[in-house]
Amino acid sequence: MNHNDILLDVRGLRTAFHTEAGAWPAVDGVDLVVRRGEILGLVGESGSGKSVTGFSLLGLIDPPGEVMAGEIRFRGQELRGLDEEQMRQLRGNRIAMIFQDPLMTLNPVLRIEEQMLEAIQTHAAVPRNEALRRCVEALEMVGIPSPETRLRGYPHEFSGGMRQRVAIAIAMLNKPDLIICDEPTTALDVTIQGQILYRMQQICREHGTALIWITHDLGVVAELADRVAVMYAGRIVESGPVAQILDAPRHPYTRGLLESMPARARPGERLRQIEGMAPGLAVRPWGCAFRPRCPNAVTRCTEQAPSTTREGERDYRCYAPITPNPQPA
Amino acid sequence: MKDAAESPVIELRQVHKRFEQRPDLAQRLLALAGRAIDRRTVHAVNGVSLSLARGEVVGLVGESGCGKSTLGRIVAGLHPPTEGELHYQGRPAAGLRGADRLAYTLGVQMIFQDPQASLNPRQRVRQILGEPLKVHRLAPAADIPARVDAALSAVGLGTDYRDRFPHQISGGQRQRIGIARALMVSPGFLVCDEPVAALDVSIQAQVINLFMELRAQHGFTYLFISHDLGVVRHISDRVAIMYLGRIVEQASASEIFSRANHPYTQALMAEMPDPARRGRTFTPIRGEIPSPLAPPSGCTFHPRCPHAMPRCREQVPELKSVAAGHWSACHLNDTAA
Repeated sequence: MNHNDILLDVRGLRTAFHTEAGAWPAVDGVDLVVRRGEILGLVGESGSGKSVTGFSLLGLIDPPGEVMAGEIRFRGQELRGLDEEQMRQLRGNRIAMIFQDPLMTLNPVLRIEEQMLEAIQTHAAVPRNEALRRCVEALEMVGIPSPETRLRGYPHEFSGGMRQRVAIAIAMLNKPDLIICDEPTTALDVTIQGQILYRMQQICREHGTALIWITHDLGVVAELADRVAVMYAGRIVESGPVAQILDAPRHPYTRGLLESMPARARPGERLRQIEGMAPGLAVRPWGCAFRPRCPNAVTRCTEQAPSTTREGERDYRCYAPITPNPQPA
Repeated sequence: MKDAAESPVIELRQVHKRFEQRPDLAQRLLALAGRAIDRRTVHAVNGVSLSLARGEVVGLVGESGCGKSTLGRIVAGLHPPTEGELHYQGRPAAGLRGADRLAYTLGVQMIFQDPQASLNPRQRVRQILGEPLKVHRLAPAADIPARVDAALSAVGLGTDYRDRFPHQISGGQRQRIGIARALMVSPGFLVCDEPVAALDVSIQAQVINLFMELRAQHGFTYLFISHDLGVVRHISDRVAIMYLGRIVEQASASEIFSRANHPYTQALMAEMPDPARRGRTFTPIRGEIPSPLAPPSGCTFHPRCPHAMPRCREQVPELKSVAAGHWSACHLNDTAA
């Protein structure tokens, strides 16, 4: 592994939400590495802290939330010490974000044109004509037909899939090094999701943009990502190359997620379900948070959260991991 | 009734459902002045025939706006069809009166996607579950608590849920409450409208297992509406694919997943995310889902279809048999022969 390739290096990230009863850690010691041009799938169920992780990286956590600890090194620069103005220069320029609901990102009373121009002109003094040309280019890149006319439109005149394309076009305007995508296709229909995935993949290949793809859908991650990180209750419990993790998971939670997918079972067969449900922030169990639902749990799991075990390119946090090379599913 | 047992539980015959926009005040005033009212009509369901035999699970698949939820609501008796007939156990549902009518409305129950929106936030679980018994006088008041507890345990919840409000229950458990409510009136047929779409993967598996257990215990018939082909393949005996108000393909689950005939079905299958597939190069079908307000002429799929011919633009393809029990509405099947 070439260390110059590392784009984003996160160590021990902790983000907590303050309540009257104390600070609840939504993200509890997350380590992440993203290399240039790489697609990292960040997988987890609701409440696992995957979105909060994404927001924390961009400095978008508002009170009562607070990034309590950790290092976020982006292109060798520590982001946590930057002031608001420096973060503004970075956001939308070197790091962009795409959200699940593009209506939330787009201003309903401004033409697409104004919103795109703003994204360019905030970061560089570009003449209007030149900037408009880049807007048209970006819309073409995401596959919006007749971009010159569409630039004059308002967000409500676009369908859901088209709006998400506009959001991607805006994210791509300044050719960022990294785009954080928070469930960008979850609200879309299957055939439209396919179109968006196709565009994102093309963009990454052509421009070398790295992606953090936050999702609950292991199917999409398997097809799209190079590496995957599985989150549970604020921690990354397993991470590594997609093929290794999905073919031979070491953490019981990863295996549980995989086995509960209907795609892996014979039709009509009872699905292997994970018992119970993910714990809320306030009631996370001591030790390993997955322990109450885990079939492999041992006494040690109740005492202390397992630290990270490294095994080749894979990391996992478990005292009783699944032994490799079981029967192929 | 002897023949009731042999006829399908639900049979739709050439059912149409149109929604019309009501003219607003300005339009009505203009109409008084002699101007024709331009009525915008959504043809949500366009000539659908479908029958479900007792104990069968039929998966109804389609993307947003294809009319699958409207069709489900027609089956559950929540929308009357604009045209065509709905038969319940061999008799037209529109003609049912009195006790027969009640047998139909109780016998066909609906489970909704969003249990948050379909449970009254101001009622406790015991009130939510007890209400159908009270309204229809199906049980004496003294028996209701026991019936509520039985329904809770049937869906795998403890009796401690009895006194909770919906907001005190997590998403997956709330969906179980939605299922328990449907079970209260001892139905035989469940219309499930995207019942697991809003749930997390691990919870989704639990609820799918629950559906299969209930079917094994009670012999329920399901119309299982979903956009998720993985879930549908898992649970269905038969699958119908809908596009813009029409069923474009229908076959047994194993047949349709191994030999999809319609180009739309093939495209859906190709886009189905698959955890076994790695580093895929995406090659999506083009185009948007057209607005149901202005559907394309001929075969409504032709603007997106990679095999479209001139004929597809003009003529609506009929559902035709392409193999035993396998029906598809595509002009390609005529030319290939």
